[in-house]
Amino acid sequence: MIFLMDNNGFKGRDIISIRDFSKKDLLYLLSIAKRMEQSPDTSLLNNKIASLLFFEPSTRTRLSFDSAFKKLGGKTIGFAQAEVTSVKKGETLWDTIKMVEQYSDVIIMRHYIEGAARLAAEAASIPVLNAGDGANQHPTQTLLDLYTILKEKGTLEGLNIGFLGDLKYGRTVHSLAIALSHFNAKMFFISPKALSMPKDYLDELKGKNIKFTEAEDVAEVSKQLDVLYVTRIQKERFADALEYEKYKNAYKLDKSLLKISKKDLIIMHPLPRVGEINPELDDTKNAVYFRQAGNGIPVRQALLALVLGKIK
Amino acid sequence: MKQAIKKELKVPAIKEGTVIDHIPSRVTFKVMRILDLKEFEHPISVALNLKSKSMGHKGIIKVGSRFLTEDEVNKIAILAPNATVNIIKGYGVKEKINVQLPDKVINIIKCSNPNCITNQEKVKTHFSIINKAPLKVICRHCERVMEESDITLI
Repeated sequence: MIFLMDNNGFKGRDIISIRDFSKKDLLYLLSIAKRMEQSPDTSLLNNKIASLLFFEPSTRTRLSFDSAFKKLGGKTIGFAQAEVTSVKKGETLWDTIKMVEQYSDVIIMRHYIEGAARLAAEAASIPVLNAGDGANQHPTQTLLDLYTILKEKGTLEGLNIGFLGDLKYGRTVHSLAIALSHFNAKMFFISPKALSMPKDYLDELKGKNIKFTEAEDVAEVSKQLDVLYVTRIQKERFADALEYEKYKNAYKLDKSLLKISKKDLIIMHPLPRVGEINPELDDTKNAVYFRQAGNGIPVRQALLALVLGKIK
Repeated sequence: MKQAIKKELKVPAIKEGTVIDHIPSRVTFKVMRILDLKEFEHPISVALNLKSKSMGHKGIIKVGSRFLTEDEVNKIAILAPNATVNIIKGYGVKEKINVQLPDKVINIIKCSNPNCITNQEKVKTHFSIINKAPLKVICRHCERVMEESDITLI
C-alpha cells in the first residue's frame, strides 16, 4: 500500500505546529503511538542520536523526550539551559542549528522566542521537533492530550469537552481546541471573563462550524461534559501581581464536582497544578492527569520513529 | 461645435509612467512610502479625498517615468486591495492591472509580535492571507494573526 510505503509522509518531516496536522495525520500518529505502547521495540533507534536543545528550562518535556528516545535504543546529547551555550556569546539560532545538525539525526528544541522552532526547521536539513516555542506552540503536548482522550473514551468523535482556567494565555487549550475541531467536538469554555478564549480562536472555530459555549461557573455546564481539561492560572503571564491574586483561586475543583457531572467524566490537566485540583480527586477513576503525563512517552516515541523513517 | 462635457482633471496627466488609482485616502501616503521616491527627480502628483462612486473617497498617485516591480504591486495590494495600477505611455493607458492579494507574502510585512523570532534574527518574514476582506494574515513563524490595522511594512 502506498499509504504504508511512504509512512504517511512523516519521514523527514518537522513537527512544529498542530496546525500542520490533517485529521488523517493525527489518526495515523495515534495508531502508531498505540503500537509503541503495546509492543515497544527497544532497538528501533539504535545508532540514532537526538539533540535536545532546551534554551528554556523544562523538566517534564525534556525528561519525557529523553526517556522516549533512549527507550527505543537511541542516544541523546544537548543542554538544558541557554546559559551554557554559545548563544550567550551572541551566536544566532540559525548558526546554532547549522552546527548541531552535523552532530545528530533529529533536533528536539524548546525556545523562549515564538517562531524559533519554525526558523530552526528552515535552517536544518534533519527533522526538528518543537518542544515549545514561547507562548506559541507545543504540539507534542496536544498530541498526548488527544491520545489520552482516545485511550480513555475510546473515540475522539463528537465528545463534549470542557476547558477550564486560563483560556486567554493557555497555549495547551488553544492547540487542543484546534486539534479537536477535526473531530466535531462540542466545546465549553469556562473561565473568568478576563481570561476568556481569544476572539481569533473563537472565530476560527466558528469558521469550522464547531459549536461552543462560554461560561464562568463549571456547574453551569458540568452535566454535559465527557472531558474536563483543567489549566493552571499562570502567574508568569500577569504583569500586575494584584491581578494575579484576583484570579489565582478562581477555580478549586474537589469531589463535589463529581456529584454534578457524568459518571464517566475524565479530568485532565497538562500539569503542573497549583491549587485548581484538590488532591482528594487523585484517587478517583475520573482523574487521568498522571496517566496523561505518562502518555507523553508512546506519543513522542511514535513521532520520533516516524520522522526518522523507522516505521514502515 | 460638438458639445463635450469636459471633466476637470484633479491631477495633471503624465506622458509616461504609472497611475495608481482607487487607493483608500487614509493609506495613500503609506503607498507613497512603498515606492520609495525620496531621491526621485521626475514629476509626482498625489491627490487625496477625491470623490469616488465606488469608494466614497479615494487617493491617486501619478509618477512620471516610473514603472512598478511585481514586489511593489504586491505590497500595494496589502494596503489597498482594490487599487488599480495603470501603465501610461503617450498620455494613454497602455495597461490596467487590478492589484491582487497573493496567498503568501514573503518579506513584506513586519510581524507585530515583538517576541517573534523574525524580530530577533535577520530572517525573511512569511505571512499567509487567511481572509482578504477584511484583511487578516498569519505569521508563519509565531502564528500571530494580524488585522489590517496591525500591519506595518518592512
